Amino acid sequence: MHSMFKRTAVALAASVALAAPVAAELTGELRIFLDTSNPAPRATMEAMIERFAAEHPGLEIETTVIDREAYKTQIRNFLTADTPDVATWYAANRMKPYVEAGLFEDVSDLWAEPEIADNLASTKGAMTIDGKQWGVPYTYYQWGVYYRKDIFDELDLTEPTTWEEELANCQKIVDSGRACYTIGTKFLWTAGGWFDYLNMRTNGFDFHNQLANGEISWEDDRVKQTFANWKQLIDMGAFIDNHQTYSWQEALPFMVNGEAAAYLMGNFAVAPLREAGLSDDQIDFYQFVAINPDVELAEDAPTDTFHIPANASNKEAAREFLRFAVSADEQTEINNGANLGQLPVNAQSAVDEDKFLQQGFAMLSSNSPGGVAQFWDRDAPAEMAKASMEGFQEFMVKPDNADRILAKLERARQRIYDN
Amino acid sequence: MTAAVDAPEQESWFHRNQQRIAPWLFLAPGLLFFMVYVIIPVFQSFNLSLYEWDGLGAAEYVGFRNYEDLYWELYDRDAFYISLKNNLIWLILYLAAIPAGLFIALFLNQTVWGIRLYKSLFFFPFVISQVVVGLVFTWFYDPTFGLLNEFLGFFGLGPLNVLGDERFVTYGIIFAGLWPQTAYCMILYLTGLNAVDPEQIEAGRLDGAKSWRMLWHIILPQLRPATFIAFVVTIIGALRSFDLISIMTQGGPFGSSRVLAYYMFEVALSEYGFRMGYGAAIAVILFLIMLCFIAYFLWSMYREEKGH
Repeated sequence: MHSMFKRTAVALAASVALAAPVAAELTGELRIFLDTSNPAPRATMEAMIERFAAEHPGLEIETTVIDREAYKTQIRNFLTADTPDVATWYAANRMKPYVEAGLFEDVSDLWAEPEIADNLASTKGAMTIDGKQWGVPYTYYQWGVYYRKDIFDELDLTEPTTWEEELANCQKIVDSGRACYTIGTKFLWTAGGWFDYLNMRTNGFDFHNQLANGEISWEDDRVKQTFANWKQLIDMGAFIDNHQTYSWQEALPFMVNGEAAAYLMGNFAVAPLREAGLSDDQIDFYQFVAINPDVELAEDAPTDTFHIPANASNKEAAREFLRFAVSADEQTEINNGANLGQLPVNAQSAVDEDKFLQQGFAMLSSNSPGGVAQFWDRDAPAEMAKASMEGFQEFMVKPDNADRILAKLERARQRIYDN
Repeated sequence: MTAAVDAPEQESWFHRNQQRIAPWLFLAPGLLFFMVYVIIPVFQSFNLSLYEWDGLGAAEYVGFRNYEDLYWELYDRDAFYISLKNNLIWLILYLAAIPAGLFIALFLNQTVWGIRLYKSLFFFPFVISQVVVGLVFTWFYDPTFGLLNEFLGFFGLGPLNVLGDERFVTYGIIFAGLWPQTAYCMILYLTGLNAVDPEQIEAGRLDGAKSWRMLWHIILPQLRPATFIAFVVTIIGALRSFDLISIMTQGGPFGSSRVLAYYMFEVALSEYGFRMGYGAAIAVILFLIMLCFIAYFLWSMYREEKGH
C-alpha cells in the first residue's frame, strides 16, 4: 500500500512537471468521440475528461458518446467528414483499415517520449503497424477460465495446469451431470476465444499470428491438431447443449445455476456473475492450461485504445489528452474497481485490489512469456475472422465436419489474403 | 381585326403549351425523387458491383470478378448458394399466408356480437413491430424454457432447438413471418369480401351452388383484385425478409438461415463486412430476381387495364 502511494505520487509529480508548461498554451476546441456507452465506463470517461478540462481551462471540450455497436460502423463516416480530435477504437489488425487509408494520425512522437516509451512498452506491439504507432491504449483485460469454486470443491477438483488434468477434471464434472463449460456462440466471437487458446497452446503464439496473417494453410496438420484437441472436449460433452442459440450473456445462467462449472471469458464476465448472486468464494480464476509443453504460454488481452484522426483540427490538444489518459495516476484511477474494473496499461500504475484483476495482472506480467494476443477478431482481418468464427461455431455443433470446414476456410484464406 | 389575329401569336410558349406541360409539372417532384432515390442508385449499384471497395480507400476496378466469386460460392454450395436456396424456400412457403388469410377472412366475415374485436385481435400481429414478432418467436422456440418445447414435452416429444438446427431454422423463421403476413392478407380479403355482390351469391344459390363450388366459382373470382394485391405484397415481403432473420438468428447457426438481403447486408455493412462491391453484386442479383416479379406484376396490371 505504502509503495503504491509513493509510486503514484512520483508519477503525479512527473506528469505535472511535464504537463504544466504546455497546459497554459492549450486553447480552442477539443472534440472527443467515445464508444464507452455502458453506464459505468461512460461515467468513468466523463469524469476523466472533466479532470483533464480542469487542468486546461482554456480548452473547450465537447464529448460525444456513441452506442458501442453503432460506433463500429459510424467510425467510417466520422473519420472522413466532421472529424473529432480524439476517438476510441481497438488495437492490432482492427485499426489496420484506418491506418492504411491514412485516417489515423501517426503518434510515434508520443511513443518516443520517455514517459510513454518506458511505461507502456508492453502494449507497444499491439499499437504498431509498419513500424509506427497509431494510438495509445487506455485499458485492457485478461481472458481465462472463470470457474465455480464450490463445484470444484464438491467434486474434489483442483485448478488444472496440464491438458491431462483438464480432461480428467472435465470428465468428473460431466459424470456429475454438469457441463464443464458454458458458452453462447450465437454472435460467434466467443468461439474465437476458444480457438485462440487452443491454437496458441497447441502451436504457440507465433504460429497463431502467422495463421491470422494468412501465412499458413488451414489444412496444415498443426491446425488439424488444434481441432483434434478441441474435439476431445466436444466429444466428452464439455460444452453446454444448444450454445449456438445463446449470446454470451444468455449463457451466464448455466454457470450461475450450477449446470456448468466454468466459463472461458474476458474479465468483464465477473461483474454479471457477481450481480447474479455468486460470491467471491464461489467464483475463482485460473489460467488456461498448457497443452503442448514445448510452446510458451501466451494470453489473450484485448486492448481498447485512443486515436487521433488524421483530419483532426486540434492535434496538439489531442496529443495532450492522450498523454493525460495514459499517465500513471489516471490509469490507476480509471481502471480501479469502482470505474472500469480492468487493468491499467501504465507500468507505474496500481492494480485494483480485486482478486481477479490481481490474478490477471500477475498472469499477464509474469506468466505469459509467449506473447499477448488481442483476440481472434482483432488479430485476423475482418473477413477472415467472420468466415473462421462461423466455421468454429459449426465445428462446435458438428465436430465431424472438421475436414469440410477447414477446406472451406482454406478457400476463404486464398481469396482474402490474395488482394 | 389585325390586332385580334396577332394577339394569340404574342402569347408565351408556356401559355400555348400549358395543357401538355401541366401533367409533367405535377409529376416532376415525384419523378425527381424516384430518379434520385431509385433509378440512379440502381445503376450506381451495377457500377459499384464491378469494383472492389472497402468504403474508405480507393475503389479498384475488377470487372466481373465479384460475380465470378458468387458463381464459385454457388458451385461450392457456400454462403451464396444457401442464401439463394433460402430465398426460394421463403418465396414458396410465404405464399401460404394467402390461403391462410383467406380462410380467416371467410371465418370472420359474419355478423356476430363483438366481431370487430375478433377482427382486431386477428389483425394485431400485423400492427406490432417485426422486431417484437422476432423476439416473441425466439422465446417461443428457446430450447430450455421455450413454450414450444414445453408443448412438445407434453406429448413426450422433443426437445427441439428450432433456431439452432440448420435443418429447421429457415422454416422456423418463415413460420414467425407468416403470423403477421397472414393478418395482412386477411385484412385485404375482408375488405374484398365487403365488395362481393350479394345478388350473384343469391343467383348462385338458386342454381344450387354450395360451399366449395360457391367459393371457387362465385366468391373467388370476385376477390381477384384482393388476391392480386395479397400476392404482390407477399412476394415482396418474402424477398425482403431481413428484419426477422437479423433479430432471431443473425443468419446463424453457421450462416444457414441467411437470405440474399441479409447476406448483402452482412458482406457490405456489418461489423466484419465492408466489401461494398461484393455486396452490390449480391444486390444486383436480388434486383434481377425481383425484376422478374415486377415485370410480371406490371404486365398483368397493364393487361387488366386494357381489358376494361
